Amino acid sequence: MSARGMGADRPRITFGRRAGAPIGVGVAVLYMSLIVLIPLAALTGGAFEGGWSGFWDAITNHQALSAVWLTIKLSAIVMLINAVMGTVIAWVLVRDRFPGRGIVNSLIDLPFALPTIVAGLTLLALYGPRGPIGINVAFTQAGIVLALLLVTMPFVVRSVQPVLLEMDRDMEQAAASLGAGPLTVFTRVIFPNLLPAIIGGCGLAFSRALGEFGSLVLITGNIPFQDQVASFYIYSQIESDNRTGAAAVSVLLLVLSLSALLALSALERFTSRHAR
Amino acid sequence: MHAEASQAPHADGIDPVASARRRERRGAGVRIGLRVLALAYVAALLLGPLALVFYNTFASGAGEAWAAVTTPAALHALYLTILIALIAVPLNAVFGVAAALILVRRRVPGRPLIAALIDLPLALSPVVVGLAIVLVWGRNGWFGPALGELDIQVVFALPSMVLATIFISLPFVVREVVPVLREVGSDQEEAASTLGAGAMQTFWRITLPAIRWGIIYGVVLTTARALGEYGAVRVVSGGIAERTETLTLHVEERFQGFDYVAAYGSSMVLAVLALLVVLLMNLLNRKGGGGGHHGP
Repeated sequence: MSARGMGADRPRITFGRRAGAPIGVGVAVLYMSLIVLIPLAALTGGAFEGGWSGFWDAITNHQALSAVWLTIKLSAIVMLINAVMGTVIAWVLVRDRFPGRGIVNSLIDLPFALPTIVAGLTLLALYGPRGPIGINVAFTQAGIVLALLLVTMPFVVRSVQPVLLEMDRDMEQAAASLGAGPLTVFTRVIFPNLLPAIIGGCGLAFSRALGEFGSLVLITGNIPFQDQVASFYIYSQIESDNRTGAAAVSVLLLVLSLSALLALSALERFTSRHAR
Repeated sequence: MHAEASQAPHADGIDPVASARRRERRGAGVRIGLRVLALAYVAALLLGPLALVFYNTFASGAGEAWAAVTTPAALHALYLTILIALIAVPLNAVFGVAAALILVRRRVPGRPLIAALIDLPLALSPVVVGLAIVLVWGRNGWFGPALGELDIQVVFALPSMVLATIFISLPFVVREVVPVLREVGSDQEEAASTLGAGAMQTFWRITLPAIRWGIIYGVVLTTARALGEYGAVRVVSGGIAERTETLTLHVEERFQGFDYVAAYGSSMVLAVLALLVVLLMNLLNRKGGGGGHHGP
């Protein structure tokens, strides 16, 4: 959040000189510390309880590495599918006209509001062992991908949609009148303009997929080296009272999530500078 | 292309009308193809499964579904879920408004860092949030021994579940209010202040009415997150039926116990709440003139 906001460089009159303001800041800082900072400090402390070597041993444990690697792999697949399908859905919602479009548009937010355990349960009802269509994704990596796709569905759609809405259609019409087919118009005109938004949405989807837990509880078999993802590895270490192992992989997962977000937001800025 | 072009009346061999029509026809095909693809995707992932669970819930009769969601365990779980939301949401709303005012209106050192920290819960796995809370408040945690002497139980009890829910739903009000505060600017506040209004008066009369839709939108998102939280609460609560079991934990426990009617029924209660939230979000978006629309 930058200081670009209106009035950022004007003299502060409103709150600056009031006696109550410092107390407000103090209470906010205290709340923040109690809720977020102290737990994060304890998490980091827990991860490094056995020093650097203890941390290193915990994250290079075979089972931990395999879980983290599987998480990255599945999250990347989910991110790529989201990049394509999110863009398609956003395009259809903005450019297409059909009855029920408004309802579909509203329902895109549902995965954000739907409790994750319910998301997993609904998928299992249709694609599980008792489902009516004879497909069973329970205890498979495909099931994990399906659940991750459901919970991350809104990210790319909601970041691409506003860009498409604001996009000038003159450019497309100019390209089309010069003889470009729909495909050429898309790859040369629309896509480059959407790319920053797609990447931004992908970053959020990837980061969410890395840490996802609730929607996978009923679907994954949680078998080490097979379909155990990082959040379940952490959970199993908590259950078996290996706090250092759990905290170390937690820190690794957090670092991965933050670096993915940073890298993708850098890429987002780079592509938006080169788009127009 | 060439065969048709040869019939064109133009000297350069291209009939602009015909080729435009051809493009249009091809465009319509692509449009319908994409529409079908998008709708099929949403139906396969979201609407189909949800509709099936609705159907399954009532397949064995509405009476049985009702009985399953009104067992003592289910009712206690619902009560606990609402209780936790009633504590966590107002606290986060007040903090969210205060933090947004501090971030936008004051010059505090390290502002980008504070903003990043407030957003951090969005990048954290719920399991990690639960673990962090256990490491502070648990028996062997930082404050564990002191709390033990005072005979206060935080972990495996209500306080830790509230703490986890607050942590998870912290960013939403801040994220919705910050852009609105930027947009309205501080002109009116400054005018009120020059006319002799105190800080409190300025806040209640000027700032709050200007940002109210942002706050309400943020509160709706916070509530949705608080009601639906699973992972963090699972780790800190132990999930003991009729004691520390929220509605989401109850769904999982019933499902694992092969009591599908109860699992589906409680899921439907939660899904209906989620649908209400989405409906509210849409109404608010229209009312607040769009605003910053970004999900969690």
